[in-house]
Amino acid sequence: MQRALPSARFLRRVAIVALAALAVGLAAAGPALAGALTPESGGSPNADDIAGLYKIVLALALIVLFGVEGLLLYTVIRFRSRKGMVAAQIHGNTRLEIGWTVGAAVIVVVLSIVAFAKLAAINDPPRTGANGLVPVAGGAIVASVDQPPPPGGKGLNIDVNGQQYIWRYVYPNGAFSYEEMVAPTDTTVILRIRSQDVAHSWWIPKLGGKFDAIPGYTNKTWFKIPADKAGTTFRGQCAELCGNGHANMYARVRAVTPAQFKAYLICQKGLIAQAQKATTPANRNKPVVPPPGGCRDSLS
Amino acid sequence: MATTTAAPARALPQVAAHAVKNPRRGWLDWVTTVDHKKIGIMYLVTAWVFFMVGGVEALLIRVQLGAPDNTFLDPQTYNELFTMHGTTMVFLFVVPMMAGFGNYIVPLMIGARDMAFPRLNALSYWLFLAGGIVFYASLLWSPPAAGWTSYAPLSDNAYLPNGGIDAWIFLIHLTGISSLLGAINFYATIANMRAPGMGWGRLPLFCWAILTFAILLILALPTIAAAVTLLLTDRHFGTHFYDASQGGSPLLWQHLFWFFGHPEVYIMILPGFGIISEVLPVFARKPIFGYKAIAGATVGIAFLSMLVWAHHMFATPTATAVLAFFMLSSMLIGIPTGIKIFNWIATLWRGQLEFKTPLYWGCGFLAFFTLGGVSGVILAIFPIDWQVTDTYFVVAHFHYVLVAGSVNAIMCGLYYWFPKMTGRYLSETLGKLSFWLAFIGFNVTFLIQHSLGLSGMPRRIYEYPDVGHWATWNLISTVGSFILGLGVLITAINVVRSVKHGAKAGPDPWRANTLEWFTTSPPPVNNFDVIPRVRSVEPMKDIRRSIERRTGADQPAETTAPAIRA
Repeated sequence: MQRALPSARFLRRVAIVALAALAVGLAAAGPALAGALTPESGGSPNADDIAGLYKIVLALALIVLFGVEGLLLYTVIRFRSRKGMVAAQIHGNTRLEIGWTVGAAVIVVVLSIVAFAKLAAINDPPRTGANGLVPVAGGAIVASVDQPPPPGGKGLNIDVNGQQYIWRYVYPNGAFSYEEMVAPTDTTVILRIRSQDVAHSWWIPKLGGKFDAIPGYTNKTWFKIPADKAGTTFRGQCAELCGNGHANMYARVRAVTPAQFKAYLICQKGLIAQAQKATTPANRNKPVVPPPGGCRDSLS
Repeated sequence: MATTTAAPARALPQVAAHAVKNPRRGWLDWVTTVDHKKIGIMYLVTAWVFFMVGGVEALLIRVQLGAPDNTFLDPQTYNELFTMHGTTMVFLFVVPMMAGFGNYIVPLMIGARDMAFPRLNALSYWLFLAGGIVFYASLLWSPPAAGWTSYAPLSDNAYLPNGGIDAWIFLIHLTGISSLLGAINFYATIANMRAPGMGWGRLPLFCWAILTFAILLILALPTIAAAVTLLLTDRHFGTHFYDASQGGSPLLWQHLFWFFGHPEVYIMILPGFGIISEVLPVFARKPIFGYKAIAGATVGIAFLSMLVWAHHMFATPTATAVLAFFMLSSMLIGIPTGIKIFNWIATLWRGQLEFKTPLYWGCGFLAFFTLGGVSGVILAIFPIDWQVTDTYFVVAHFHYVLVAGSVNAIMCGLYYWFPKMTGRYLSETLGKLSFWLAFIGFNVTFLIQHSLGLSGMPRRIYEYPDVGHWATWNLISTVGSFILGLGVLITAINVVRSVKHGAKAGPDPWRANTLEWFTTSPPPVNNFDVIPRVRSVEPMKDIRRSIERRTGADQPAETTAPAIRA
């Protein structure tokens, strides 16, 4: 009945070849994978701390994983049915079972301790650096139960507003921009994240985790870009399904020096005022999108 | 060919069960049946068909993502496809598949002649089928496109006015009532209809799992039923439960959905745990290691699973203390799950492992469900979750849990119980080929997705730019998905072929431990003429022993090769 089917030996060969191919493939991909075992980081201390926490957890996880897989592999090879073999009729071993229950509990406790030890650094915004933005008129004190303000209370607030399918940013002086946020380096930037239609999620991987923009709620996060990253643009995109344009709802944060940032705000505000004046009365209430490139080009 | 090895001639338990010949009426027999076995098979076949449909949807998704900036699908179609894929796999494949195994096996395992409420049982099946049909009927108009989670406000009329979301709501209602009735039925059956002597401490672990599955369904389903009803009234009758501009709350939807949604994950995996707990001891020729610990861990996992829902919402505006609570409760689930993994490995340890196809799938389950569990602990730590939630890391994680976990367990159960259901073996050769293809295809598809997520690729995007390694990694994943698809297809072919042409299997082909093997394959309508008294967790072992004692045949070690080979 099974004559038409491949033989067991052939199958075994297929399995071995496939496993070898998998191993070679993984080995070849190794160097490429090196950068892909950890989350993105490098733009802000919270992203760096998350990556640091992840590495510790990953190390523990890999030890557990390889331990269990190794044990399983050894078991299935060692106790494969052979002639004269007798299966041990064991029903359990209370001591052993208590042992691995306690072992699992210890791992959970260790992970919790590590997570809580790192939590403050990830959650709480730090102080704006010496080379950071000197508080302008809009440098407001942050009020939040869950997120203490930076020590000294100084931080730059930028409002982030998600809408299908673009991000809108409002700066302290009332200037605004779309898709690309301009932010000063060495300054603690507090984001207040909202949405005006459906749920979105703010995410620039190198600047920290995701924070959902949900209508009716204000979500908060922060980043602080190191001084030497001025001129860098950090990229991300909306991370919560928001409709057909979800895949193209990009976000960028462009790091500039505090001096450039001040100039940008003034320029941008002027441009917007000009544009608003230029519109006819009938169009006055429509949102104005600043001409692309305008103040942005003056930054470089 | 079926061959009989030269095992010493010895008495096998002879079954006293007789079928009463009814005039056969073809398909009418099936449509009008209230027999738990026929209903079970209808569940399994229907769920398998939905599995194939959901699989094709998955392959279309992977084709679209195989290259950057691909234009194979437009965004609307893509969103519809992943919505249907997720919904199908959860509500129309895994849960009904488990219900199908439960329906067929539970009464046999506990020595009952049917479920407690046979007609209710038939109603459960037909409601499930109706849910599937209503949902797929939306293909003719406009399928839902808000993901299987249907987050408000995207799922509101203002954003998705077409009827797709409504079809999704009716699917939830119909399959929900179906599962609820089924759960009550399972509970009543297991609580009341166990064979004499089968106390709770002798209940097979698969029945423990189905019992827990039933309790979780009873606790979780009313919440989702309420949630989708509110959504329905929001969409059509002017209410604003989820509308922030009118004082409603989109977060309410997320809480209600995940209060159901997380127990649902365990509803999908616990019966799989049960299958594994039955299959491993049979093929290791060894009792299950730590019966009480495994049964206890099942109940413990179910309890904890009701307390972890907000770990799906770590990125929402929520107080840190709340996040910390859900991190800790989520990590706690790792403890009973770890206990189970170790108990299963200990069951194999010092056994005499007969590597038949069911054990292949069982070991595949152990190997890769573990990986899904480990990545789950990583995700439970909320600052890390902020980086990886809603990315391909999460997609990889839950496919390790649901494909490497649930689907492996389903395959394991299929190869194990197919001889009982049909009286014929599935082909071992095709089964092992299917296993290896699925094993390799699965890991090629999903391992790399962890890296995609870590490098910033969100889920549910229909296209992506050619940056970094995304193009290569996505292509690897797409290639893997087709290998996985081929593996699954081979099992489907195996089933179709073996129903007619498989080697004949006797009543107890695996020399197993539980009562479903104490009747003919397939069993007669009444299951058993005589229901034996149960004296341990492994009644069939006792029965074999007592027959051997009575007939004076050599006391065969539990360790000699089984007399029947496929």
